Amino acid sequence: MVIERTYAEINEKIKSGKVVVMTAEEVISLVEEKGVSEAARQVDVVTTGTFAPMCSSGVFLNFGHPKPRIKMQKTWLNGVSAYTGLAAVDAYLGATELPEDDPCNSKYPGKFSYGGGHVIQDLVARNPVLLEAVAHGTDCYPRRELETMITLDDINEATLFNPRNAYQNYNCAVNLSNKTVYTYLGMLKPNLGNAHYCSAGQLSPLLNDPYFLTVGIGTRIFLGGGIGYVAWHGNQHFPGIQKDQAGKEYGPAGGTLAVIGDLKQMKPNWLVGTSILGYGATLTVGIGIPIPVINEEVMRCVSVTDKELYAPIVDYGEAYGQRVSGNLGYVSYAELKTGRIRINGKEVPAAPLSSYSKAREIASISKEWLRKGQFFLAEPVKLLPSYKDGIEAKSLEIKNI
Amino acid sequence: MSPKKIILRFGKDISDKPIIYNLVKNYDLVINIIKANVNPKKEGTLVLELTGEKYNEGIEYLKSQGVRVQPLAEEVFRSEDKCTNCGVCTDICPTGALYMKRPSMEVMFNSDNCIVCQICLQICPYKAMEVRF
Repeated sequence: MVIERTYAEINEKIKSGKVVVMTAEEVISLVEEKGVSEAARQVDVVTTGTFAPMCSSGVFLNFGHPKPRIKMQKTWLNGVSAYTGLAAVDAYLGATELPEDDPCNSKYPGKFSYGGGHVIQDLVARNPVLLEAVAHGTDCYPRRELETMITLDDINEATLFNPRNAYQNYNCAVNLSNKTVYTYLGMLKPNLGNAHYCSAGQLSPLLNDPYFLTVGIGTRIFLGGGIGYVAWHGNQHFPGIQKDQAGKEYGPAGGTLAVIGDLKQMKPNWLVGTSILGYGATLTVGIGIPIPVINEEVMRCVSVTDKELYAPIVDYGEAYGQRVSGNLGYVSYAELKTGRIRINGKEVPAAPLSSYSKAREIASISKEWLRKGQFFLAEPVKLLPSYKDGIEAKSLEIKNI
Repeated sequence: MSPKKIILRFGKDISDKPIIYNLVKNYDLVINIIKANVNPKKEGTLVLELTGEKYNEGIEYLKSQGVRVQPLAEEVFRSEDKCTNCGVCTDICPTGALYMKRPSMEVMFNSDNCIVCQICLQICPYKAMEVRF
């Protein structure tokens, strides 16, 4: 008998408290034991999670109007600039924005101890934040400057809108050069001294829906400790299947999500200001997507294990920065998680930047929400582009002008 | 008698002498080598845990041989609240004091193995590592 479920049927079971939910980690042994069909028969929803730095994140803010009014031209929150090329008291604060006076890498490697991501965490933690703004002044908006303290509860809206989060897969970074490099994947020691990777592997949301069978516009998700939604596909959404030169397939390459949610109901332990030595400031975001088991194919996808998921190994000593294409091969997440991998015949220590234990916690929290009837599934308005759409990455050509 | 942690620095003129052999043999000290390194300039650094009745005499002997002795008075702590258990410190920590518990993938910190190099304070993205005096 073919197993098929509708979103409405699953939501009925959530409502009645009869829904069967497992995490993407737990479901692996069930499928190994009972097979895909039986697992699909038993389980309604499989939860996932990821917790890692996600630079393309930020928040739209509306501060409310002061008396007299102002059309903000430049705005700072705790000294970190927010973009106000919008209406009068609207701003967008990006996660990687730095204070105007940050020394950056002038004393290399820079510390980047505070930035936009930290302001977002301070807001969510209900810490008072210094708001400064300047304006040219108009007849309708006469005020030319302001300085005040705000908290998240004082302002009208704070909408987290992250244009690119939850990378489906990511590079395993190494350094072939003979000097230490400081990258967004951390400190990489020279001559293949270490390897850093950044994915929750078998728990990662989009690695559990590699062909975008369920995730789409309007999908309800765990976002920053609260509830959020998939708004669109993320930018740089390249959901192809990675292949080596011989044509052997190594699973999904790099679909991404644009996500949105009300910052006021999120939590500071799931949106964490992040400082990456020698690189910059950013925001670590917790995301989880409960995947409805609408058919056996979905169950087959969510039962994927770290042994079947691969990261491309990329040299960040030179090749990445110089955009030299190609890689040093593929490594499975199962191998990466042992903490030792082999590259070019050399044993290399490996460490993650993505917290697997937090990913597991997100999957467990989502499971509890579903079981307690606090979270219902939303059927997407439109599924996201998949490998079938043949999307190719564009690069920026520097033209002679 | 509790073990004491010390950092010993050897100039290139003495780094090839059997000083540690004499320390153990003549002063009956129990040593635990936490870290040992000789740099390209042939200067040596040794981090030791030292226990024994003749501890003070042993230290005097080291100094008489030209070894610079520095106690490890600082201590590194981890804030459990700030640590996200990501693990990015675990392949940087030179002594394995910070390591990954498998298969749970939680970050563990064994301060006994910490040599207070403080590199974790610099690289932790969440400022979870602190040093106290």
